Amino acid sequence: MDEEYDVIVLGTGLKECILSGLLSVDGLKVLHMDRNDYYGGESSSLNLIQLWKKFRGSDKPPAHLGSSRDYNVDMVPKFIMANGALVRVLIHTDVTKYLYFKAVDGSFVYNKGKVHKVPATDMEALKSPLMGIFEKRRARKFFIYVQDYNENEPKTHEGMDLTRVTTRELIAKYGLDDNTVDFIGHALALHRDDRYLNEPALDTVKRMKLYAESLARFQGGSPYIYPLYGLGELPQAFARLSAVYGGTYMLNKPECKVEFDEEGKVCGVTSEGETAKCKKVVCDPSYLPNKVRKVGKVARAICIMSHPIPNTNESPSVQVILPQKQLGRRSDMYLFCCSYSHNVAPKGKYIAFVSTEAETDQPEIELKPGLDLLGPVDEIFYDTYDRFEPCNEPSLDNCFISTSYDATTHFESTVSDVLNMYSMITGKVLDLNVDLSAASAAEE
Amino acid sequence: MASTIGSHNNLNAKLVLLGDMGAGKSSLVLRFVKGQFLEFQESTIGAAFFSQTLAVNDATVKFEIWDTAGQERYHSLAPMYYRGAAAAIIVYDITSSDSFTRAKKWVQELQKQGNPNMVMALAGNKADLEEKRKVTADEARIYAEENGLFFMETSAKTAANVNDVFHEIAKRLPRAQPTQNPAGMVLVDRPAEGARAASCCS
Repeated sequence: MDEEYDVIVLGTGLKECILSGLLSVDGLKVLHMDRNDYYGGESSSLNLIQLWKKFRGSDKPPAHLGSSRDYNVDMVPKFIMANGALVRVLIHTDVTKYLYFKAVDGSFVYNKGKVHKVPATDMEALKSPLMGIFEKRRARKFFIYVQDYNENEPKTHEGMDLTRVTTRELIAKYGLDDNTVDFIGHALALHRDDRYLNEPALDTVKRMKLYAESLARFQGGSPYIYPLYGLGELPQAFARLSAVYGGTYMLNKPECKVEFDEEGKVCGVTSEGETAKCKKVVCDPSYLPNKVRKVGKVARAICIMSHPIPNTNESPSVQVILPQKQLGRRSDMYLFCCSYSHNVAPKGKYIAFVSTEAETDQPEIELKPGLDLLGPVDEIFYDTYDRFEPCNEPSLDNCFISTSYDATTHFESTVSDVLNMYSMITGKVLDLNVDLSAASAAEE
Repeated sequence: MASTIGSHNNLNAKLVLLGDMGAGKSSLVLRFVKGQFLEFQESTIGAAFFSQTLAVNDATVKFEIWDTAGQERYHSLAPMYYRGAAAAIIVYDITSSDSFTRAKKWVQELQKQGNPNMVMALAGNKADLEEKRKVTADEARIYAEENGLFFMETSAKTAANVNDVFHEIAKRLPRAQPTQNPAGMVLVDRPAEGARAASCCS
């Protein structure tokens, strides 16, 4: 390893692996190391033995749960928007050939103590029990406006400049009540809190369009897709891309100490007494703890169950959003469930997650509204982790640090962090204008 | 995902290559897929995924061949590499005893990580370099028999036995393996009749 590299990447989380792949494809000489003996870092998927080691301090999961190898439990549960940024990156890099996906079966929202299917089209909205008959007509008009809206065609704007009009003003024009606004903002536009109401409406309209277009793409019951065998496959697939383009991989490298020259610029990484030289370092926050600051905390519960989430049409994979207002919180809570149908658990078992941006130090109490929707669970693990963001100046030290994974339900913010980092590292903008309309899925 | 998918007489099978750097894994594939041989084949860059269809007796087998892309160098092959593989070729260099020793390690790794019904081939490559031979064919054959592999000596340079290894694998693949779970889909940026779109009903 005593060679010189353009970039050394530390940590094999999804963000680091995408960057490693993109940089190798660009022709840069990349060395990619991880202190763990497995791929994925915080974004890996664990089998039962690994899960028990991490949370129970034992490597003996109970026999009734079945074979350890049949489980792939995500550490950062998220779904993939079928038309979103991650799919564009997957297609752009041709990494799709290493992965198999399936649509996620359901998308639901919690409203007034009940779980409802999220209506995503004007037709669905008309059938939904979420709204009264008059509200439905108003909502339908709003959905049609959003559906027809085209940024480049002013005649579809109906005289409103959505870069100036706030979401609150736009919605007021259609006279929608707070309840409807709540599910539009949180379950369709996927905002995590209510700040969007006072921000320009364009972002919300685009998010609603992304939801609707993603939903239409695979005719599933949700706008999401998810890889067979869990999200841990994603970093592995991008790592393979990097390796195919010449990236060097070393796992199980303890320490990984980043070395700096007298000007404070990065000059190499030392592990096991050997130093590899480099011009730039890309890493997750855990490798440079002195150059990041804490910005929040995620609370979650990981559950193994023997039944799907109740009231979700027995969906083997599903998301339920609990908007903050419904719970009297400042940020939304999310439920995820995946199972045998995505090869993350043996037949008859379901992996459910409850997760949110933590507002207290007591996840057991804080997550209760979500847990109450799950019914009985076989096993439950509580966990909180701190979220960090970089506070260094990359132009001075050549260290490019990713932001910790947030509690959002999908990968849009993950990919936007990666794209920003890519631009900072290379000075280039990644063109993700892949032809999504021609993109389709092949049944293998 | 079942390791071999398809219907009637069409099978799709993932095949992985294992073995030390320099044993000739990529050369074997290039000989099989493209009929080429380069004396100084560079370490695998840019392509490590090939597909090739073979006709054997009653069926056609479409191999999806995964090369290690250099990730074997520091033992950092991802679990995804082994996942769903229906067949594996473990390659060593007959002029290097070390490479044969390590081929045995790869077999152990495969028995640990791979699916138990996998068809495994042991290929003693560089058979054209008889004068430099360090590993006898008998030694390798006995090892292979004891461990449930079939054995051939190959030469990517002269093409000797290269197609034969793949044909023998194709013959040994279990037909009509029951699908454990409805298969997933591969996202492609072209209409569904594209290259990887061979579907179960085609």
